[in-house]
Amino acid sequence: METTPDTSGYMIAGYAIAFLVMGLYVFSMYLRHRNLNQDLETLEVISSESKPKPAPSRTKTSNPGAKKAKTSAKKK
Amino acid sequence: MQSKPLTLKVLDIVTVIVLAISTWLALVFAPTEIVMGQVQRVFYFHIGTAWVGLMGFVIAAVAGIVYLITHDLKWDRVELAAVEVSLVFFFITIVLGSIWARPAWNTWWTWDPRLTTAAITELIYVAYFMLRQGIEDPERRARFGAVYTLLGGISAPITFMVIRLFRTIHPVVIGSQSAAAQGGFSMTSDMKVAFFFALFAFTVIFIDLFWHRIRLGGLQDKVEQMKLKVTM
Repeated sequence: METTPDTSGYMIAGYAIAFLVMGLYVFSMYLRHRNLNQDLETLEVISSESKPKPAPSRTKTSNPGAKKAKTSAKKK
Repeated sequence: MQSKPLTLKVLDIVTVIVLAISTWLALVFAPTEIVMGQVQRVFYFHIGTAWVGLMGFVIAAVAGIVYLITHDLKWDRVELAAVEVSLVFFFITIVLGSIWARPAWNTWWTWDPRLTTAAITELIYVAYFMLRQGIEDPERRARFGAVYTLLGGISAPITFMVIRLFRTIHPVVIGSQSAAAQGGFSMTSDMKVAFFFALFAFTVIFIDLFWHRIRLGGLQDKVEQMKLKVTM
């Protein structure tokens, strides 16, 4: 009578690989999700910091004519 | 940050439970096949992953068609998610098939019509990611991707049907098989329980991962938009 061959090693290898691949995929998705959330938080901080500031005063404008007038007034 | 919907949280738990049950049915409940021995048990996961793998490629093709009609980038995300999740499952199918083939056919790999079409299908979708990487414009990338998945989607029914149309050594579980098929077996009622439950379990797992991947795509798009906003 023919006996059933012992192929349990192949079965274990098959299931180990199946679970490993699925586990790695789930882990990769978790990592990508976490990194994207971190990026989003950083970008939100940058975005809130670079929101339009109050308009700069006229004396700070780089108008060479105004600068000249200011220095000449100082000399006087 | 968008919080996870309750349905998805429940689905995550259900996924773990059905995977555990399916594993128990395949490894403990189903009887040992007398000719091949324990290695036959990989068949349950082999079929389950093949089913969702091919189904995902078809879903991607459908999403591609919808994108080409609507030009809504949401469908590009759906398409990408379907391809990515299916690619992982189909890779498992091929590896499990190869492991089963070693004791059953005395070889890890043979260029049989089924194995060849399966390998081609997997490579088609690996190339899909390479194609997407090479295109920067999101609209153009989505359009090319949609056409590609539409054409690539043809490989899924071909892979499924090839063992029913050609002379092949790959066994057919449902339907009549080729006279050259090696390693086929008739399922007992307990084997059928494990088999159909594996199909159900992998469908649930696929839906769960697919949903997560679509959400990830949405987050990716949000980050990209935010980057543009910050740099402008």
